[in-house]
Amino acid sequence: MYAQGLIGADAATTEDAAFLERFQARIDAEEKIEPNDPMPAGYRKTLIRQIGQHAHSEIVGMLPEGNWITRAPSLRRKAALLAKVQDEGGHGLYLYAAAETLGVTRDQMTEELLSGKAKYSSIFNYPTPTWADIGAIGWLVDGAAIMNQIPLCRCSYGPYARAMIRVCKEESFHQRQGYEIMMTLARGAPAQKDMAQDALNRWWWPSLVMFGPPDSDSVHGDQSMAWKIKRFTNDELRRKFINATVPQAEFIDLTVPDPDLRWNDDTQSYEHGPIDWDEFWRVVKGHGQMNRDRIAARRKAWEDGAWVRDAAVAHGEKRRTRHTAALAAE
Amino acid sequence: MTDAPLWEVFIRPRNGLSHVHCGSVHAADEVMAIQAARDVYTRRGEGNSIWVVPSDAITASDPALKEQNFEPAMSKIYRHPSFYEIPEDVGHM
Repeated sequence: MYAQGLIGADAATTEDAAFLERFQARIDAEEKIEPNDPMPAGYRKTLIRQIGQHAHSEIVGMLPEGNWITRAPSLRRKAALLAKVQDEGGHGLYLYAAAETLGVTRDQMTEELLSGKAKYSSIFNYPTPTWADIGAIGWLVDGAAIMNQIPLCRCSYGPYARAMIRVCKEESFHQRQGYEIMMTLARGAPAQKDMAQDALNRWWWPSLVMFGPPDSDSVHGDQSMAWKIKRFTNDELRRKFINATVPQAEFIDLTVPDPDLRWNDDTQSYEHGPIDWDEFWRVVKGHGQMNRDRIAARRKAWEDGAWVRDAAVAHGEKRRTRHTAALAAE
Repeated sequence: MTDAPLWEVFIRPRNGLSHVHCGSVHAADEVMAIQAARDVYTRRGEGNSIWVVPSDAITASDPALKEQNFEPAMSKIYRHPSFYEIPEDVGHM
């Protein structure tokens, strides 16, 4: 989902029918596919793209929250936020490592992110002007991420599934710390409650589009489902998220900003009002409020860190040379 | 721009258990690989010991020879205790 139903993916594959059939039989038997196993080119490409987008989202996702580390309202909140942002960095690294098992290099992926070629989740192109945004991100954005990532723990590609298991274990703290922030604000002074409501108003719809376009428009969903890269459709996951989240908002007396939201007794599920998909595509295509800032920040970090990477390599070489010389002298 | 070498990371969850593979890191040398592995893979008490091994030092069996290598063991069910029928009266064995 951080891959948003694979923005711009192309799962086209050219293998012969017998090969594809054998592969599909393994998938249907719930066998995991491991890095050196034969796999259709389209499967490999889809995964590289999805895992890459997911990894980039974790890395770019550090930025909106990093914005608040120095201004967290207490030491407790600061320690938690710092740990959470550090986790996002770790998640990015697990995922890059999983993608690398498919034959793409870390450098390629980094270049694609910095050049703007690779996509990441649209959610991180929204700004975080208030402290309540940190609560809303943990509660809603990480909540939506968990909803998507739990089924990914059963993804047919072994390294991705294993990375997701680690990520999910760590992610539940993120959602709880976010909800706790929202709860504290919602039960505080009127100005604090207003701040919490304002954050919910701004993050609700962007969180719903995190699951990607509606099933009716999702071109590549079917192939991903057949290959068991995905286990649920975008709309199914979105519905699950809404059903789980609305009662949580009610519990802290905040209002979900959707006048058309209603409970459907027949389906035992909420139905939401129309989603602005034009806005989604605008943000994905680089015209969100923060797209340029995010990429500029990543580029700056990469360029400012160049001397550190060079120094590390030079230091490593120096140690190896000394070690070799010492061995030769023995 | 070239990637720093890749290292495979193994972690021992606690004494008495083996080191288990948990992922990989890029690092310029083994000292930095251990530091990176500690930051990336042990933020929540996942272990008390880390091994890092250069990825290119690992020799793997050929996936194309999977059947040849491992199928013979699958058909030898007499290597497992449940193959042998012992009357219940004999008790646990």
